[in-house]
Amino acid sequence: MRLVVAFGLVAALATMTTGALAFREARNGVLKQSQDTVIAQLRAQVGRLAPDVPYPPSRQALRQFAVDVARAEPAATWRVLVRYKGISETSAPGDPFDALTPAVREAVDASQATVFQRVRDGGRTSLLVGMSVVFAGPTGGVPVLSGVQVFLTVPQTGEQASVDALVTAVERAMVPALGAAVLLALFAARGVLRPVRALRRATRSIAEGHLDTRLDVNGSDELADLSHTFNETATALEQSVAELRAMEARARRFVADVSHELRTPLAAMSAVTDVLDEEAGHLDPDTATAVRLISEETVKLARLVEDLMEVSRFDAGAAVLHLDEIDLAESIRRTLASRGWSDEVETALPGPDELRGRVDPRRLDVVVANLVGNALRHGARPVRIRLSAGVPAEGVPASVPAAASVIVEVTDSGPGIPADVLPYVFERFYKSDSARTRTEGSGLGLAITEENVRMHGGTIRAANRPEGGAVFTVELPLRRDESESGGSS
Amino acid sequence: MPRVLLIEDDRAVREGVALALRRQGHDVAAAATGEDGMAHLTSFRPDVVVLDLMLPGMTGLDVCRGIRSVDQTLPIVMATARGDDVDIVVGLEAGADDYVVKPVQAGVLNARIRAVLRRAGGTAPDGGGLPRIDTHGDLAIDRAGLTVTVAGTPVALAPSELRLLLTLSASPGQVFSRQQLLEAVWEHSYHGDARLVDACVKRLRAKMGEPPRDPRYIQTVRGFGYRFAAK
Repeated sequence: MRLVVAFGLVAALATMTTGALAFREARNGVLKQSQDTVIAQLRAQVGRLAPDVPYPPSRQALRQFAVDVARAEPAATWRVLVRYKGISETSAPGDPFDALTPAVREAVDASQATVFQRVRDGGRTSLLVGMSVVFAGPTGGVPVLSGVQVFLTVPQTGEQASVDALVTAVERAMVPALGAAVLLALFAARGVLRPVRALRRATRSIAEGHLDTRLDVNGSDELADLSHTFNETATALEQSVAELRAMEARARRFVADVSHELRTPLAAMSAVTDVLDEEAGHLDPDTATAVRLISEETVKLARLVEDLMEVSRFDAGAAVLHLDEIDLAESIRRTLASRGWSDEVETALPGPDELRGRVDPRRLDVVVANLVGNALRHGARPVRIRLSAGVPAEGVPASVPAAASVIVEVTDSGPGIPADVLPYVFERFYKSDSARTRTEGSGLGLAITEENVRMHGGTIRAANRPEGGAVFTVELPLRRDESESGGSS
Repeated sequence: MPRVLLIEDDRAVREGVALALRRQGHDVAAAATGEDGMAHLTSFRPDVVVLDLMLPGMTGLDVCRGIRSVDQTLPIVMATARGDDVDIVVGLEAGADDYVVKPVQAGVLNARIRAVLRRAGGTAPDGGGLPRIDTHGDLAIDRAGLTVTVAGTPVALAPSELRLLLTLSASPGQVFSRQQLLEAVWEHSYHGDARLVDACVKRLRAKMGEPPRDPRYIQTVRGFGYRFAAK
């Protein structure tokens, strides 16, 4: 917009300046020509008549001189004033000759040059000319002032009309010229703006991730160059991003494929671990130890591969939530019971059906089991799990259990998490001590927990309690099935 | 001795699973392809089929549909990899009764097979003093003979479908959550896959000729689960 206005202004200014200059030149031309004509005429008259004027002139002679000079103009528009040492006579009897300005009088007094001035009087312009009559000096020397001064005033109506016509002409020419100029300016501006806007659109589109955006290049000006450069940059960017994505996809696919390939042999091995466990008792100790080892590690390996596959699904965005509305406290109770932790963990859970929410039950089970399992492994008893409503939604009657979110807190009474480990607890395979041996977990438990919470749109935080022990806080948005349930028991 | 037909393309898995199942007291026949598995149906006459979904050639889904086209009641347990989510649902809708996720330990697979067999030939869930023949409109459920007729026409139900219907109809009007039904019908953990229930309800409604928009017997209670319509 600014650019358009600027272009318009420049065009208008240029047109108007051109008009104004042309007008001034023309006006000056017209006026100068008439001035020169009048002055030349006057000087010729004076030159012709002055020698016949007796010197020193009588009042009578001065008047005759003035009348004679005035006669030079056939249209009788000249009014002449002749002065000699205080005596003034005019061509028209009783003419006050108020047109004479002090400036001209002084100028004539002061020099021998012919002086003229344009005088405006109430919209009428007249030309005032003044000159001194000089004697040619003896033998062509310096001219000598005679003391006789001739003044002439001529109304310049003709010239005024010419100038007025000129103004009209300029005005008439100016309006279309101005229009055309502004129009051209707008076209020019559009010519500049269109590519600039296209460039802006394209840049935005690239920023939004449409890396295949390209500009149409036409012409060979700087803007076309710029568009061309933009296209080259976009192409380069697209190529590098595509390469990176391809690499990332390859890496991801590789992890997924590896896990997948491992799964088939593991399926065969997992199927027979029970057989190994049963037979181990009947074997000699060494073989029994070896067999038990294989069985145990097969189970761990199967779990590790399962976790790896889970992680690779998260990374590939292939993890899916299977939501079902459940009683959350019941879900937690079942998780503890199925792991045999009911007696090892203190619970603070709401009553039946007090907190229901739409979650993926399997993923919630994984989250709770991982956090509690962690607390039991790395912390110290008592381990507590608490489920509570988050911020209650406003304006909901107390009879309706409704909250914006639910909070699951798992606390232990151990030494807590070392400060240098705290930021990394949710990282994959993070070991707080590089020399630490494998734990019984896969090293992916907390990472998977975090991903599962995030899939639900929730958050998880790890911290240490002031009174000692670690605390993991999960906050899940509480989604309810919106539709009305047809009467239930 | 329950007769288990195992259809699995990987030799090691096939041998390992067959070995484990035999030791658990099953009579096992193993097939490496879907076609071979279909051939075993008549020669081996299995009580239950354990079917790998990822088969070369004739897929597990094809086998599942093939079995269901000749036998509505033979229990089928799919073996799948978790994450092949679409396959699970398609497999369930094709008529599988249950599924296990590979790699599976022999104990888990055995428990699933026994559970599905219990559903097939086993006892009905507690009918709580209900009459032997339980009629609801033109639906008649013989709780002892384990047969179901709609308007006098017998309906052949797969074990999970039958068990689900018996469980729901035992307490008309009571809402069962999906998790409850998973435990009652499939003997799964509380946190099992609710899609088993949804797929089974879908199949059951189709077999009973229920109008999909407005089912008469098995009603969906949004957010809670399912209930059998009270009279």
